[in-house]
Order: sequence, then C-alpha cells, then structure tokens
Amino acid sequence: MTTLNEDTSGRSADALRADDTTEAPTGNGGAIGGVANWVDERTGAAKGVRFLMKKVFPDHWSFMLGEIAMYSLIIVLITGTFLTFWFVPSMSESVYNGPYVPLRGITMSDAFKSTVDISLDVRGGLLIRQIHHWSALIFIVAIMLHMFRVFFTGAFRKPREINWIIGLVLSMLVLVEGFIGYSLPDDVLSGTGVRAAQGFMLSIPIVGSYIAYFLFGGGFPGTAIIPRFFTIHVLLLPAIIVGLFTAHIILVMVHKHTQYPGPGKTDKNVVGFPLMPVYTAKAGGFFFVVFGVTALIAGLVTIDPIWMYGPYEPTMITAGSQPDWFMGFADGALRLLPGFLEFTLLGHTWSFNVMLGAILLIPILWTLMGVYPFVESWVTGDKREHHVLDRPRNVPTRTGLGMAAIAFYAVLFGAAGNDIIAIKLHLSIDDITNTLRIMLVAAPVIVFWVTKRVCLSLQRKDRDLVLHGKETGRIVRTAEGRFFEAHEPLDEYERWRLVSFEAHRPIAAPAETDENGVRSKTASADRTRARLSQFFFNDRIEPVTPLELAAAHHDGQADEALAPLEAAALEDAHPGEFGGHLHGGAEEIEEHNAYAHQQGSDDDA
Amino acid sequence: MSSLAARRRHPAALVIVLLFGLIVTGGLYAALAPKNADAATSSSSDIAAGKQLFLSNCATCHGVNATGGNEAPDLVGVGAAAVDFQVGTGRMPLAAPGIQAEADTNGPQFDNKQISQLAAYVASLGPGPGIPASDLTSGGGDIAKGGELFRVNCAMCHNFAGSGGALTRGKFAPSLMDVSGKHMYEAMETGPQSMPVFNNTNMSPTDKKDIISFLQNTKDEPNQGGANLGNLGPVPEGLFVWTIGIGLLIGAAVWLGRKAA
Ligand code: HEC
Ligand code: HEC
Ligand code: HEM
Repeated sequence: MTTLNEDTSGRSADALRADDTTEAPTGNGGAIGGVANWVDERTGAAKGVRFLMKKVFPDHWSFMLGEIAMYSLIIVLITGTFLTFWFVPSMSESVYNGPYVPLRGITMSDAFKSTVDISLDVRGGLLIRQIHHWSALIFIVAIMLHMFRVFFTGAFRKPREINWIIGLVLSMLVLVEGFIGYSLPDDVLSGTGVRAAQGFMLSIPIVGSYIAYFLFGGGFPGTAIIPRFFTIHVLLLPAIIVGLFTAHIILVMVHKHTQYPGPGKTDKNVVGFPLMPVYTAKAGGFFFVVFGVTALIAGLVTIDPIWMYGPYEPTMITAGSQPDWFMGFADGALRLLPGFLEFTLLGHTWSFNVMLGAILLIPILWTLMGVYPFVESWVTGDKREHHVLDRPRNVPTRTGLGMAAIAFYAVLFGAAGNDIIAIKLHLSIDDITNTLRIMLVAAPVIVFWVTKRVCLSLQRKDRDLVLHGKETGRIVRTAEGRFFEAHEPLDEYERWRLVSFEAHRPIAAPAETDENGVRSKTASADRTRARLSQFFFNDRIEPVTPLELAAAHHDGQADEALAPLEAAALEDAHPGEFGGHLHGGAEEIEEHNAYAHQQGSDDDA
Repeated sequence: MSSLAARRRHPAALVIVLLFGLIVTGGLYAALAPKNADAATSSSSDIAAGKQLFLSNCATCHGVNATGGNEAPDLVGVGAAAVDFQVGTGRMPLAAPGIQAEADTNGPQFDNKQISQLAAYVASLGPGPGIPASDLTSGGGDIAKGGELFRVNCAMCHNFAGSGGALTRGKFAPSLMDVSGKHMYEAMETGPQSMPVFNNTNMSPTDKKDIISFLQNTKDEPNQGGANLGNLGPVPEGLFVWTIGIGLLIGAAVWLGRKAA
C-alpha cells in the first residue's frame, strides 16, 4: 500500500486518499499491547510513536546509502566498545611473551601489545577488530556516496541546507576519527601516520611547533599521544558524531524525505511507505544485510595486520606506507605538491609544500562544498522549497561541477597510491607523479565539459522520447513500398517523469545606473550574478510543453495520405496492441524537428 | 601385526604415510643434492672453465679481463657471492640495458656447476665475499630479532612483509617472497644496484641469518586474518572496499528497493 503524507491542506491528492484506512488497528494488542498501554498512560509516549510510525519514506536504492552509513556507524560503535575491553591505551613498554613467535622477546608499547593480544589471543578478537576496521572503511565510502546522491539530485536545496552542512561536518569528523583510530595500535604504519601528522602541524607557520608540542606533550613521540588519541577516539569524537547524526536524522524527519520526480509526487507531499511496518521491516532487514556482509568480509579478508607491521620505533618505516583510503586524497596532494614550495625566508623555513595539502586542503574543500547551496540559490534566485529531486541530467552545470570535483578528488586519491601503481604496472613513479600533476588541472575541466554535454544529450533524448514516443523496432510497409517504423507513445506516467522539471534561464544584469546616472550599489554583485547565471544556464534544454506535445502528435498524423495506411498497418500487424502513430522516415525529421526549440535557445547564446 | 592391520583405515593413517614419505624423500634429497661450491675450495680447472664461460658470455660488457667496460662495472673484487647472486637469479648475463637488471622469471641461464665455475673465476681475480655456508641461509635463526632488523634496515624499500616497493625513476625493490636463502644472504653482502651493502661490519652473519629466518617464516606463516591482499598495506584494502565491499551492499540495496511491498 502506498501512502501519501500531506503537508498542506486542501490539495487534490486528498481525493486519492479518500479510501485509505487511517484508523488505528483494532483489538486489545495482547501482552505487548498491555505493556505499551501501561507505558503510554505514564509517559504519553504513544503520540510521538504514532507520529513516527506514520512517517512516510519514499523507496529508492540510492536513499539507502545513508542507511548503509548509519548501520556501519552502529557496527563500529558496538565493535569498538568490545575492543575497549582489552585495548590498553598506554605507551609504557614491556616485553612480549605471547604466542606469536615472530614478536616474542621484542619490547613494545602496551598499546601495541594489547592490539596483538586482541588479534591473536583473545577469542574472536581478530574478527571483531577486522569488523571494526572494515566497517569504518565502508562507513566512510557510504557517507561519500550518500553525499554524491544528495548533491547530484539537488537534495541540498531549501529547506535542507542546514542538514547539508551538518552532513559535511560529520564527514570531516569521521575522517579525523578514522585517522586517529588507525593511529591507536602503535604499529609501524600508525606510528608513521602519527609522525606525518606531527610534521603537518609543524608546517603551520609560526604556531605550528607550539601546536605540535602542546598536542604531543613534548617532542615526538613522547608518551602522551596514544592516551590522548584514545580519549578523542572513543569519547570525544564518537559523542559529537552521534550527536550530530541524531540532529541529522531529526532534520530528515522534520523536512520529510525528498522524492524522485514521478506522477503524483509534488513539492507538497511524500509518496512512499509508512515507517511502520513496511519501512521498518525493510530497514531492519537491511541492517542485518549490512552487518552480515561486513562480517563476511572481515572473516575472509585481512585488514591492517598489525602483528606483521610490528611495533613502531621512530627509526622504522615500510614501503607502501599509506593512510586508510579516506585520507588518501590528502596524502596524494602531498605527493603531488612540488618541492619548491618549501623555502627559507627571514630566517625561517616555510613548508607550503606540506601545509597546502595537509592543513589547508580539507578546510578549503569543505568550505567550497558548504557554500555551494547558497551560491546556487543566489544564482538561480530560487528561494522556494524543493522536495522533489532533480534528475542529474536536468541540471547539467551542477552535475558537471560535481563530476569535476570528483575528478579532482580522484586524481589526488590516485596519487596516494603512486608507489603501488609504479610497482604493479612497472612504471616510473616520477612519470606517474608528473602525469597526475597535469591531470589534476586538466581532468576537472575535461570532465566538466564532457559531463555537461552528456547531460544535454540525454535531455535531448528525453525530449525526443516525449515528442515521438519509443521506437518499437516494428517496420511497416506502405502500399507504395515505403517503409516506416512504428513509434509507441509514452504512457502518461513515464512522460510525467520526463517533462516535470524546470530549466532556469540565465538572468540579465539590471541596468548599472538609474535614470539619474547614479551607479547602483549592487552593480558589481549583479554583474557577477548575471555572469554566473550565464555560465549555469546558457546551454539548456527546456522540458516539452503541452503545446509542443500536441503539435508533435498532430504533425505525426498530418500526412493525410499516411493516416489510414498507418491505422491499417498497425491493425494488421498487431491488432489493438498499441494505439501508436507512425513517423515517416526522412521527412519526419525535417518537418517537426525535435530540437527546434533548443536550437532557438542555443542561438541566443 | 593384526592390530596394525586393524588401524589401517584409521583417518590418521593416510597422514602418517604421507609424512613418512615426505621425510624419506626429503632426507634422501638432502643427502644426495649437489652441495654449493665454495669459492675457497674451487680448483684451478673450475677457474679455467669459468674464464672460458666468462669470455663467451660476459666479456662483451664486462671486458675480457672483467675490469669493466662502458656498459658494465669492474668485477675485480666483487667476489663469488656477487656472481652467484647475479647469475643465479638470472640477472646476468644482462639481456638488455634498462633501468634495473631484473631477476629472470624463467630462472638462471646456467646450471649450478657453470655458475660455480663463473664464480670461481671472478673470485680468483681479487678477494671478495664468498658464497655463504648453508647453515647461515636455511633458517633456524631468531625470527623475532630478524623481524626487528628487517623493519629497521630493509622494510623502507622492500615493505614490511617483503612484498616489494617502488624507488625513484622506475627502479624498485623486488618482492623477497620467492628468493632463496642463499640469494638473500648474497644480496645483503653485495648490495646489488640501488640496494645498500650490508657487509659483516654493518650486520653480522647471525643477524643476516635472523633476517633470512624471518623472511622465510613470513612466507610460510598462515594468514591469520584471511586473504592478505598481497600484503601491500592500505591501498588494496581501499580498492577492495570501493569495489567488492560497497558493491555487495549497493547490490543488496537495489535488490531490496525492487522488493516493493
Ligand atoms: C649486456 C651487458 C652485460 C652482460 C652480457 C653481462 N653483464 Fe654483468 N652487469 C652489467 C651491468 C650494466 C651491470 C651493473 C648493473 C647491475 O649491478 O646489475 C652488471 C653487474 C654485474 C655484477 C655485479 C657487480 C657488483 O658490483 O656487484 C656481476 C657480478 C656481473 N654483472 C656478472 C656478470 C656475469 C658473470 C656475466 C656473464 C654471465 C655478466 N655479468 C654479463 C652488464 C652485463
Ligand atoms: C635502498 C633500498 C633497499 C634497502 C634498504 C634494501 N634493499 Fe634489498 N634490494 C633493493 C633493490 C633496488 C633490489 C634490486 C636489485 C637488483 O635487482 O639488482 C634489492 C634486491 C634484494 C634482494 C634480491 C631479490 C631478488 O629478486 O633476487 C634481496 C634478497 C634483498 N634485496 C634483501 C634485502 C634485505 C634483507 C635488506 C635489509 C637488510 C635489504 N634488501 C635492504 C633495495 C633495497
Ligand atoms: C565513528 C567511527 C569510528 C571509526 C571510523 C573508527 C575507526 C577505527 C580504526 C580505523 C581503527 C584502527 C584499528 C584497527 O586497526 O583495528 C580503530 C581502532 C579502535 N577503535 Fe574505532 N572507530 C570509530 C569509532 C569507535 C568507537 C565509538 C569506539 C569505542 C567506543 C572505538 C574504539 C576503538 C578502539 C578501542 C580501537 C583500538 C583498538 C584496536 O586497534 O584494536 N572506535 N577505530
């Protein structure tokens, strides 16, 4: 059963709901009902629960990316708690005498030793550790894909800008949380990571060494960093993350979920399944799928074999030292930044080659993402609420910008693996790095252009479909021996999806001076805005209007000579199977040009 | 007798028979296998035969007196260990000049006898490291100490598990998983190409033995955590999570999405 949650009163959809049942289920509910009643009479919880249970969620696989993230967060919290039972966050040293021979007799920190014990001594410990780590990686993949979904469908538009920003903060905190987790076991890889992090702090001009000194409680490595990281990793950041996550979900409830365009879906309703029972059953099932898949991976594939990396000493490093994937882009930036950015001036060394990638990159990228919704709404001048999503092709410039950003990220990400690429493909690491430097600049531009063109072509295809219907692949021969392909018109539902969007038009800058020749205060802002608007909307394909549709249909049947033939042929071939009309090969394209409208707008450019 | 016959079908019987067979063949092989020639004990006939081989296979690059040429280094004083390593791993004779002489996956071009003759010849030109005694190269050392030495001295190029790593300009430190103990020892002693030399003053023979034991153990030890993805660190883990990991989950999401109520 599909339910509609109406936001405002007096909409025609009320008619659709007329025969929906809305009464609470009857019957006394048995034992559970009794307990629920008891609780309700004392807390009044039923009202809230009923409200929640009747919430409607639209269904689409891409809406489940956020759910994968949510479930992974839960898995990470559960398994992390298990790990705290054995993990000893201390840099005190002792000699290992456990069962793993290749480490026996080696002096190591308690942090490392306890992680080896969890892995090789505690029953089920390795599985839990591997679930924790795999789940952390899956968590962040899911967050990122969820973010892409939100971006490309325009779900960040009013009223959801705040939630977009909460999501961004969450994604940044999660990176830090993951990085700190990776640093806790004090193996060679994590020690290298912590060393690098200290170097990043040192690269900050003037205050860098103070910050590093403060955080490490002295020089590197000292004994303070692991206990401090532990508190941050299991207490501070999880608390903030869970808090923000709760706010995120509450806002989803408040705003209601967005939906993809489709018949009956408007900015005023939500079409989907009620939370209880359908959605909850599905979502609950999905939790177990996510847990199951994660556990399966963790059971079969090693992650972070710290007993092989060995305990960290500042003299050690291994080839193939990389951060976990989610920090890869920042590591890649470090690998690509040219060395000349480090120089000596005024008796100080300025390490911009490190600072740009390690300290500034993340804040810059996140700020750009944070302001995007506001820039877009300023450019479009669109201050309305949006609850129906955009199909990415219908907003070519946004989609292009998003893909360009992904390309930029992907190049940085690839650069973090330059050494592995070099040994696996037998290439020179220097050539790879230089190629990636060029690609870092070129790829976003190329990807932007290609994506935008692909979107415009897809939109043209949609127009074509709406105006001329689907090709059936059925060739019909007329009495004179001419051949035609039968076209089947789209049904209304399909057509709705393809035509219900708006194409913004570029706005012109208002006159800079008023009638008295006084320059307007906002003149330069207006000009920027007009220019951006040109950039965004100059190339566009407008949705098919009802008029155009009618014209196209009429045109299709205009050929008097053909009309009866058409009908006869259709009846002959597949009597009554479809009420299509025919389009006649070559003439057709000239007569009613599907792109006429769009060409007009291109000419404006 | 009858009790033995009765246990013939015991599940362990097969294992015991197999073990017995393995021990017998292993023991026989150890007794009969050709022993490594030691440079010190090589005869003058070996040296002469080695010189002959050298002239026909190596002299074009290394010069008729092995004193080097434009293309190749002087071999006087590199010792039998260098020849045994370079020829034994198939690096020499060099097929074509390149970034780095690579071990030949098809194995060496010469048999053990010819290699020892070549080694004897080069060793006769000037004193250099000899071929290591087999008790130093066949394991049995302190694995834990070897691991620590490996992490301090070798892991930065060869990776923590000896899986190999990249160096500049297309050079690379190869994977050590399929290298024999003897060649490991010789590589440390002679420091081929970009690799530093770990001679007996830097690193004692027992230390080398420990490192070899560690590497052999790394190769043989079971993968505690499941498939090891090549022991290359976080990059393959990231690839895995972005392909199979999230792929499975999205697959499940699409499937569930289809199962509309
Ligand atoms: C195509 C030219 C070429 C041929 C043929 C050749 N080599 Fe070499 N050899 C080189 C080059 C170049 C190097 C230096 C690079 C290296 O160390 O791998 C070298 C290095 C060596 C070294 C290492 C020297 C050191 O300092 O440790 C030894 C030993 C050696 N060759 C032995 C031989 C022997 C024995 C043969 C004949 C079976 C041979 N080479 C054939 C080019 C050649
Ligand atoms: C500076 C980087 C570097 C360090 C440090 C280093 N190696 Fe190497 N190693 C190399 C390179 C490069 C080669 C390949 C040389 C060649 O192909 O001739 C190599 C080759 C080897 C080989 C021969 C592999 C084969 O395929 O035959 C062994 C064995 C080896 N190294 C062991 C070690 C050990 C053990 C240590 C530590 C004691 C060590 N290496 C330290 C760079 C290094
Ligand atoms: C928000 C998400 C979290 C992420 C992304 C994350 C990530 C990680 C990672 C990558 C490691 C490396 C450890 C390893 O190699 O096993 C780690 C270790 C650890 N995590 Fe988390 N974690 C998160 C939340 C938590 C929480 C909430 C707790 C506890 C309540 C926790 C407890 C631990 C402990 C104790 C360790 C170190 C023990 C060990 O390595 O075995 N984590 N974490």
